[in-house]
Amino acid sequence: MASEVLVWVEFKDGVIRRSSLEAIGAATQVAAQLKCTVAAAVVGNADQQAMQCLDEVGVSRVYKVEGVEYQQFEPCRYADALQAVVKQSSPGLILMAATALGKDLSARLAARLRSALATDCIGLEVNDGQISVVRPVYAGKLRAKVGLSGPSPIVTVRPNTFAVPAAQSNRQPEVTGISAELGAASRKVTVRETVYSTGEMPDVSEADIVVSGGRGMKGPENFAILEELAKLLGGAVGASRSAVDAGWMDHQHQVGQTGKTISPNLYIACGISGATQHLAGMSSSKCIVAINKDPEANIFKVADYGVVGDLFRVVPLMIAEIKKLK
Amino acid sequence: MNIVVLVKQVPDTEAAVRPDSSAPARIVESGIKFIVNPYDEFAVEEAIRIKEAKGGHVLVVTIGPPRADEALRTCIAMGADDALRIDDSQLPDLDALGRARLLSKAIAQSPFDLVLCGKQAIDDDLAAVGTFVAELLDLPHVAVVTKLELADGKAICRKEVDGGTQTVEVQLPAVITAQKGLNEPRYPALRGLMLAKKKEIPVVTPSSLGISAEELRPSYKVQHLELPPARGKGKILQGEPETTAVELVRLLREEAKVF
Repeated sequence: MASEVLVWVEFKDGVIRRSSLEAIGAATQVAAQLKCTVAAAVVGNADQQAMQCLDEVGVSRVYKVEGVEYQQFEPCRYADALQAVVKQSSPGLILMAATALGKDLSARLAARLRSALATDCIGLEVNDGQISVVRPVYAGKLRAKVGLSGPSPIVTVRPNTFAVPAAQSNRQPEVTGISAELGAASRKVTVRETVYSTGEMPDVSEADIVVSGGRGMKGPENFAILEELAKLLGGAVGASRSAVDAGWMDHQHQVGQTGKTISPNLYIACGISGATQHLAGMSSSKCIVAINKDPEANIFKVADYGVVGDLFRVVPLMIAEIKKLK
Repeated sequence: MNIVVLVKQVPDTEAAVRPDSSAPARIVESGIKFIVNPYDEFAVEEAIRIKEAKGGHVLVVTIGPPRADEALRTCIAMGADDALRIDDSQLPDLDALGRARLLSKAIAQSPFDLVLCGKQAIDDDLAAVGTFVAELLDLPHVAVVTKLELADGKAICRKEVDGGTQTVEVQLPAVITAQKGLNEPRYPALRGLMLAKKKEIPVVTPSSLGISAEELRPSYKVQHLELPPARGKGKILQGEPETTAVELVRLLREEAKVF
């Protein structure tokens, strides 16, 4: 019987990403049913502050794989490292956040371990020791309940879906150093550089609030007002496929079937008509707001709040009102 | 340069998919138009461009029932040279690992320099098979690639990470998964369509590849599919923006409590 649920913890600028804490939250939920404790795997260097954060979220053990070879994320190398951790831990379940890196690594690791893999899950449960997950498929048009079997299934959880565990008093998890060797595939890949887009805006897949624009934005320059609203709310800017195809926004911002499927707390769709593919990507948002001139627009069918009107007048007035209240 | 492209036939993005009440782990297929997975189209296009620039051969491989031949013919019409279908009619519950086992076995039968496929299929949205194939063949992979250059037995890839991009250098052979932005897939020309119509597509089965049903037993098993919960009727505000904008902000703060 496995004794641990293992969570791969992802850092950005030395700080644990919130989506990883959510994965620890998901792990905590199921660990009791699996009669397991929660362990974290840290690959690369984590600073003191980040490690302390793990103390507070109820992790009972931290496996650390350190080395210069892990300075930059590379999935084959990180799979080598985690394989060594798994050898030590034999976890009953491996969890990570369904971020870009989490999805990349989870696939490599699952194939390495010949484990079942379920990515981007929004539900996770254990019945009689059997693990099952719920994941959106067909870009959210349907939900699949999936049973996972075999040793150490790997589940990645969609950001903004599971709660971060409440802070606990310092638990001082046991830290176990693990050494790993680079495999043949890892020696054939070199990360030359990583460039992050400038600006402090969170990524659309991880943001609490997403302000999106579509064809109704009329041109790239007009996205500035959405950026202003997003910044004011601490959110990110998204875009529909037509806005991306028109070259107004980079594909990284695209929400929908050939873009990102997201579940923020608040989704504000501006000048978006609501094509099937777009609805598929955002309809699991907790609160949906639509601002559109056309009262017949499809987007109003899924909106919790809608404003029929000219976004170029409504959005600046919203910005002014929010500023007044802050 | 020998390039293998892995493709999957999937329901059209416009399709209203719904669960089949008599087999709740499947969708109703009648009335659905099937297409080449959009991300795989980027992979096919990239392979053809490489062939056009450097010479070589492009083989497209899929796993699917006989209808999946249509997807292969689309790829041939675009400019791929050959196609192969692995028939899964006897094993409809294959999971991603099972599919990767079949694909890696099939493509290992002849030498290749590069394997391309989409970063994910838009039906199961797993984003796994390309990477699985790489691992099973002990090759490196680069996923979610938006730019690819080949030189001196290496590929220089630009890939997406959250909030940025990475430049990664990888020795060939390697598996590369394509993201939107890599290129603009072409429409097949008339000549291509004629060629594709006549092309013979070999079909292999798991057993002819020497893989037993036992090895392909899924550890990821869909139990049922369902429509997402319906959303309640929303509040729609009409009138002067001065009024509706203020009211919207109030509702979001006081009723929805989202900021």
